[in-house]
Amino acid sequence: MSEPALHLRGIAKSFGTTAVLEGIDLAIAAGEFVALVGPSGCGKSTLLRIAAGLEAPDQGQVLLGGQDVTARRAADRDMAMVFQSYALYPHLTARQNMSLPLVMRRLTAAERLPFAGALSAVRAKIAAIGNEVAAAAEMLKITALLDRKPAQMSGGQRQRVALGRALVRHPRAFLMDEPLSNLDAALRVHTRGEIVELHRRAGVVTLYVTHDQEEALGMADRVAVMLGGRILQVASPDAIYRDPAHVDVAAFIGSPRINLIPAFIDASGAAAVERHVLAPRLGGAVGSDVVLGIRPEHLRLTPEPGPGRLPARRERIEFLGAEALVHCRAEAGGTALIARMAPEAAERLRPHTHLHAAATPDALLVFDRQGHRIARQALATQEPAHAH
Amino acid sequence: MSRILRLVVLSLGAALVLFPFVFMVSTSLKPQAEVFSSSLKLIPEHWGAAENYWKAITRIPMGRILLNGVVVCAAIVMFQIVFALPAAYALAKLRFRGREALFALVLLGLLVPIHAISIPLYAAARTLGLLNTLAVLILPFTLSVFAIFLFRQFIKAIPDDLISAARSDGLCESAIVWRIILPNAWPAASAFAIFSVVAHWNDLYWPLIAISKTHLATPPLGLLFFRAAEAGDDYGALMAATVIITAPLILFFLFAQRLFIEGMTMTGLKG
Amino acid sequence: MPTSAKTRAAALESWAAWRLAGPTALLMLLLLVVPTLAVLALSFTDAELGASDITFLGLDAYTDLLTDRTFRGALRNTAIYVALVAPASILLGLGLALLIEAGTAGRALFRSAYFLPVVSLIVAMASVWQYLMHPSFGPINIALRAFGFAGVNWLGSSDNVLAALAVIGVWQALGFNMVLFLAGLTAIDRTLYAAAEMDGVRSAWDRFRVVTWPLLGPTTLFVTTISVINAVKVFETVATLTQGGPAKASETLLWVIYQEGFVYLHVGTASAMAVVFIALLLVLLLIQTRVLDRKVHYG
Repeated sequence: MSEPALHLRGIAKSFGTTAVLEGIDLAIAAGEFVALVGPSGCGKSTLLRIAAGLEAPDQGQVLLGGQDVTARRAADRDMAMVFQSYALYPHLTARQNMSLPLVMRRLTAAERLPFAGALSAVRAKIAAIGNEVAAAAEMLKITALLDRKPAQMSGGQRQRVALGRALVRHPRAFLMDEPLSNLDAALRVHTRGEIVELHRRAGVVTLYVTHDQEEALGMADRVAVMLGGRILQVASPDAIYRDPAHVDVAAFIGSPRINLIPAFIDASGAAAVERHVLAPRLGGAVGSDVVLGIRPEHLRLTPEPGPGRLPARRERIEFLGAEALVHCRAEAGGTALIARMAPEAAERLRPHTHLHAAATPDALLVFDRQGHRIARQALATQEPAHAH
Repeated sequence: MSRILRLVVLSLGAALVLFPFVFMVSTSLKPQAEVFSSSLKLIPEHWGAAENYWKAITRIPMGRILLNGVVVCAAIVMFQIVFALPAAYALAKLRFRGREALFALVLLGLLVPIHAISIPLYAAARTLGLLNTLAVLILPFTLSVFAIFLFRQFIKAIPDDLISAARSDGLCESAIVWRIILPNAWPAASAFAIFSVVAHWNDLYWPLIAISKTHLATPPLGLLFFRAAEAGDDYGALMAATVIITAPLILFFLFAQRLFIEGMTMTGLKG
Repeated sequence: MPTSAKTRAAALESWAAWRLAGPTALLMLLLLVVPTLAVLALSFTDAELGASDITFLGLDAYTDLLTDRTFRGALRNTAIYVALVAPASILLGLGLALLIEAGTAGRALFRSAYFLPVVSLIVAMASVWQYLMHPSFGPINIALRAFGFAGVNWLGSSDNVLAALAVIGVWQALGFNMVLFLAGLTAIDRTLYAAAEMDGVRSAWDRFRVVTWPLLGPTTLFVTTISVINAVKVFETVATLTQGGPAKASETLLWVIYQEGFVYLHVGTASAMAVVFIALLLVLLLIQTRVLDRKVHYG
């Protein structure tokens, strides 16, 4: 890509002896919406704060539009942040909250003194700020709330004011730290769409941190999956889902969770769980341990045994309206499996307690012992490993 | 750089604030001649400590006075909590006729300082022949509206479910107060205890009015008697007396600093 | 539940409540209500402790009081004392709290050092200050002379005595105010400072103006109330060091009430003074909660 709008290069950070971030490299193109997703405690908020300038990295640089801003304090970086708790000034009205960043940037200390408002130049500036705040409020549909204080607003309204405070600045980048996690589920889904729409209209590069993988997949142009202080994969939502680079990425993304079955490559080149062959003609180093990943929608359950099928005992069926989830447990190895199908299909399986599971061909994901994904072609050319 | 500046300023300030204590101890060790000299030496050349401290202990019954202070303060706190806790619980969690009136009385009590109503209390004590007893030092303070107010705030925050569960276990209300509420309100109770002890240990006004016999004095009054008994300028002995008298609370504070500070702030912020 | 069972349950609850609160209510009656009414009643008379005849003076008791030179002097002295002690101890307490919060080194140490005067016996420390302030061999004057200044007659001069008492008062109070401000400062949400930084709030002064000061509002109100009320109640230092002198220059409200009621035994006059004292505290409390409360935000 041409010069990335926001580039986090070689970032490392430790707190005391704990390494929180290691070797982070993330380049975001102009106008892109990148979601940084991972479980709590993986370091994503720290990375966001480093990008903002609220923390300094131990190593690495933050580049904004090609310029190294690592040494600059946050107030000088021209980036706006939306906090999880919104961080609105409780003693100021919504209007004042949204005006503050513009006031701080455009009026000098002298002009901010209470009596300076008498000067016409200052008044002109304040009027201009007022107009911009009104415009942003209009876009966020909070014009009626402008004279209220945060304590007089609901969570969703406060969130919009926080967004407004960021929007009004027309910054070079938006940084969002789990802005939706304090909202209830229905509001969250609704606001998601609004944020995406706002981003589209503003066209500003956005780095969005969340622990909710569904949110990340639904909103972003690209998703960066982060675990244990490292970025495991950055790709489009579709690629992250269908083409995970690591078993941890596959496990984190997707709900319900992907089925992961430990297996090994037997003498015939098939992946087998104990004596059951699940994927004949897979190829790969004989004797090596692998993990097979099958998304619930790709797991086929039938009552009849057959080649390439794993026996499993049905445990329970969940009817969720538009679809059903069938929970079962593999006879060999005891792995829990979930299959996703139409309710009618699940109903047909109900009388049977012994089922057989298979993966739709080409939908099988294979991971090696270290968790790295092995592509199909690579499997076929592998040398036999030593027996373990 | 700013880190150093901060430390310098804070240290200078601390030195200014602590220098009275330093001089207090230093002077208590000096003989009279050195006290009157115009120098700022902290370590005395000749030791007058024995003489000064001996005077401090014998001119007034120092041990007895300190004991009085401890007994009076402990008794006051105990009574205050014993009376305040059930009332606070009733005000916080129970519905009854007259609840608003009772709470209005509590608020009234917060507005009226005890000094203002000392006159009728004194007259009553005198009529009852209670002057010059330890009882008279304790009784007027057994009621602490501040404690009621504070505990009520605290108890309101205790979940109702806890109390309902206790009731269905068969506990009567009074048992609930002592078995359930007190353990849960312990932070508030201990915070209040510290606040009350500091306030009453320091009180001069009421003992001055109610007590005239030295052996019944509390520490503030005892020190006043010492000043009267001692020749005007014997600062060495006076400082020795102040060292002995301030030592208990200061030592207590140094051992339990966090408890003290948190206690006094908590009562302040919630009250 | 059917109505009769409900009213029975409510009655039981009332009964239990009164069993718990009854003793306290009785104490309140005896130790609070009756004495307050007695003081009010006595204030309208010229009663004397020990004398048996009382004359009812009515409102004359108060008009006499307000023209009484001693009482007006006490009001004036108390006002001066409060004006000296309250602002100084509040500002110093705030300043110290800000300094301590600004860094991490030595916090507990400094907190305890500044708090030590608060837990020291006032009467005792007043005696220490008396020594420190002695005109000839007190360390303060010795140090002043060493720097070329003349010594000051602190407690012995009617011009300086209120200031000297104020110094002791500030010394005693600033630790408590500091600790209250510290609690208020730590209660401020840290992300607000992060948000302020993102908003372009750069200098420490701006941070104070935009975040710290507004959010300290409730704490400041509380500290001010407590400081003023405690300053009005000054007694121990006066009783120990000056007994109102020299030349009535340090006669404060409580001292005058004590003198009038327990030394001169003019119980009627003293009660009237006590009523004025209560009224004054009430007015101060009302002013602070009404006027300042409107400006203060309880975020």
